[in-house]
Amino acid sequence: MNAPLRRVAISVLVLFTLLIVNVNVIQVVRSDELREDTRNTRVLAEEYDRERGSIVVEGSEVALSVPTDGRLTYLRQYPEGPVYAGVTGYYSLVYGNEQTERAADEVLSGNDPRLLVRRLADLFTGRDPSGGDVVLTLDAEVQQTAMAALEGVTGAVVALDPSTGAVLGLASTPTYDPGLLSSHDPQAIRDYWAELNEAERDPRLNRAIGDNYPPGSVFKVVVSAAALAEGYTPDSVIPAPQTLTLPGTSTELENFGGSACSSSGEQSLIDALTISCNTAFAQLGIDLGEDRVREMAEAFGMDGDGREIPLAVAPSSIGDIEGDAQLGVSSIGQQDVRMTPLQAAMIASAVANDGTLMEPYLVDQVRAPDLSVIDQTDPEELGEPVTPEVADQLTEMMVSVVTEGSGRRAQVPGVQVAGKTGTAENAGPDHNWFIGFAPADDPQIAVAVFVANGGGTGGDTSAPIARQVISTYLEGQGG
Amino acid sequence: MTVGPTTDPRAAAGVTTPKRRGTELALLGFAVLITLTAQAIVDLTLTGSLTTELATFGVWISALWLVAHLVVRRFAPYADPLLLPCVALLVGLGLAVIHRLDLADRQIDATATREDAPVQLVWATLGVALFVAVLVLLRDHRLLSRFAYTLALVGLVLLAIPAVLPASLSEVNGAKIWIRVAGFSIQPGEFAKICLVVFFAAYLVDKRDVLALASRRVMGLELPRGRDLGPVLVAWMLSILVLVFERDLGSSLLLFGIFVVMLYIATERASWLLIGLALFAGGAFIAYQVFGHVQQRVDAWLDPFAYYDGSGFQVAQSLFGLGTGGLFGAGLGGGRPDQVPIAKSDFIASAVGEELGLFGLVAVIIVYLVLVERGLRTSLIVRDAFGKLLAAGLAFAVAWQVFVVLGGVTGLLPLTGLTTPFLAYGGSSLVANFVLVAVLVRISDAARRPAPAAAPPKPALGDAPTEVVQP
Repeated sequence: MNAPLRRVAISVLVLFTLLIVNVNVIQVVRSDELREDTRNTRVLAEEYDRERGSIVVEGSEVALSVPTDGRLTYLRQYPEGPVYAGVTGYYSLVYGNEQTERAADEVLSGNDPRLLVRRLADLFTGRDPSGGDVVLTLDAEVQQTAMAALEGVTGAVVALDPSTGAVLGLASTPTYDPGLLSSHDPQAIRDYWAELNEAERDPRLNRAIGDNYPPGSVFKVVVSAAALAEGYTPDSVIPAPQTLTLPGTSTELENFGGSACSSSGEQSLIDALTISCNTAFAQLGIDLGEDRVREMAEAFGMDGDGREIPLAVAPSSIGDIEGDAQLGVSSIGQQDVRMTPLQAAMIASAVANDGTLMEPYLVDQVRAPDLSVIDQTDPEELGEPVTPEVADQLTEMMVSVVTEGSGRRAQVPGVQVAGKTGTAENAGPDHNWFIGFAPADDPQIAVAVFVANGGGTGGDTSAPIARQVISTYLEGQGG
Repeated sequence: MTVGPTTDPRAAAGVTTPKRRGTELALLGFAVLITLTAQAIVDLTLTGSLTTELATFGVWISALWLVAHLVVRRFAPYADPLLLPCVALLVGLGLAVIHRLDLADRQIDATATREDAPVQLVWATLGVALFVAVLVLLRDHRLLSRFAYTLALVGLVLLAIPAVLPASLSEVNGAKIWIRVAGFSIQPGEFAKICLVVFFAAYLVDKRDVLALASRRVMGLELPRGRDLGPVLVAWMLSILVLVFERDLGSSLLLFGIFVVMLYIATERASWLLIGLALFAGGAFIAYQVFGHVQQRVDAWLDPFAYYDGSGFQVAQSLFGLGTGGLFGAGLGGGRPDQVPIAKSDFIASAVGEELGLFGLVAVIIVYLVLVERGLRTSLIVRDAFGKLLAAGLAFAVAWQVFVVLGGVTGLLPLTGLTTPFLAYGGSSLVANFVLVAVLVRISDAARRPAPAAAPPKPALGDAPTEVVQP
């Protein structure tokens, strides 16, 4: 029996060698990859020993670390958790961190090189290093109003300062309580996570930036801009048939509800936008050609790349277009046209800012733990999608939408609002959009409202939300 | 390998075999030193102070191994000197890691009062008591072969109990392998393993001549006769039953693997290995097709990160721990091994890897390897066929179990639910493995004991089956 015994002994040696080789692979070769996986919370746990910086909105902390008696020295708290959840994200032992907690982690955790001098000082004084604060551009009232207005629906509101690109509001519903994901009790965290997983619509998704949707008629602003840039005027008369047979197909494109845009079969550009005539804009897009529409969309930021504000923003683009039939449908914001609510707000803000698109940003200041400002964001231009003249013409057209067109429910007493509605078809009930800015002659705020599968029209569902946000902000500004 | 009768010191006339009890005592002292150092580091890192409990623990654990050593010295003086120290080191390290995880629980929830390390110490004490009992009562391992069929019956009953019991009394985390009575959880499979290995050894010694008969050669392999396939098929069916009724992939794999390897050793026919492998592959394929839980395990094994929110969570966390530990580890008390669910029992190896690093984990694997290879060496040099097969079976059982568990924890194999011998929290496993080692110690004593001086150079003894031929 000794010969097979020796073979078994050698086999055991081989099996154990396999184990050892495998452990080597995990602990040496894959070590960095595993250590840095966002779901690996071990490095995070080390950070809990350090006072993490706060996330600040208008002087009050919406995320802060408070000392505890437990093993983990600091507990992350979110005083107005659900209102700011989409912005702050969470800071979880089990699931890593998200949104600002993730995007500004270097500063908050104190690892940012700009905090280095201070950390060296801490080294000598023997104090535990602490993280820097991140001051957001948000307007607390805008954020609260937007969240309240969105209650009961799934959607998002983005508000921008058109002249700087500062994000004034970034609301998304449904929401959740980030504090419950940031506790020190792993089981409670997992339970809450499982509960969020069960939700029909994921509350952890910030719909303002995290996903893109068909914009519907909101996109007509971009097509209008392309037409005006080509020499059209608001009064140019364009074809507006009752139905449009898409070139090369037998598909009939109809207007909303199958109605006629005008009795004569043609109308002015401003009228077409005011009543959101589908056939007119489909034909206009086809007449302009794919290149002009695409260039204008890209100039407004729909370039197919994501961006960072510094939160990660999903890409917006008009997609691939094959032939005039698809171009026609794309020109009314359907087909493969997709945008984030942030992108929609950027379009409104560029028109509001005399045609100059500002880079949207959420972080105003980075402060050291002693409150000294170590970084202040300077507004930056992203480009000039349209000339000031075209911007004026677009404003005139968008004012007409709100004063006498589909966007009447966005009217604010005493203030001229410019806007555009959108009702986008998708697999479920229609998405409802509204983009706009006010006051039209001196824009202070640009907004985009998105209600997912609202089922109504942009004018009915989303315009009133925009009205609330705009009037709240203008009142707050003393106007 | 030059281990064999020709190099056996016994062969040199007039030279007495060294008993090496001093070596054993020194190594046990070393194991205690490592155990206490580890405990002290855990306390200092996590609580910042040393407690008097550590002193109590030190006295207790030292006394434990001293008693075990004295009993070996008195009742099995020629026993292999490495077996007991290996066990002592693994048990001690396990206690330190369990204590460390206790403290982690308490720090997350200050009201948590449950402490598993003291319980484990009580189990270890009970284990040593049984170790002593086996050595004192079982003076000759060959006695066991007389009870082979009784033990087989006991083993089968133990194996079957959880399957018959209602789930409320037998199910933990989806596997029906427990007996839960009055707050105690017993895993009878651990004891069944030993009973069945004893039976396999006795049965195979009896039948190995028949089972080694070849019917024909196919591609250089001597295939057994068709009618001799019975035993292996019975063992295979038994494993399948365990898998079906107890949802216990681990025990199923363990028992079948042990049987096939013992069959191979007894008959020296490699064809049995291939037949076993084919049966296993067939069984595994069917199990994968039929049972959801097997599929889940396999899917989670292939890509734990894809099933991170479900069945892959444990392994993913275990890999995170190991990866974060890196070469040197976070140090005892410096990591977050409590992030891995059931870290104290199934995943204790990942706690070792995270806090003691690659070096610590490989050291533990090598201690197991030493334990197993000393067991196999015992098997090589013991004179009787039953002892040979029994020692080989027991040693291989440890090896196979360690391989399957550590393979599961490190993502090399699908997860099973077996526990890491000696290291992991769990009374049944610990106590059963102490009995296992006691039997190995008993056999090794017989193996290294000098042949009776009065024996003629070529004894015409009746135990012909053994292949150890005195030159």
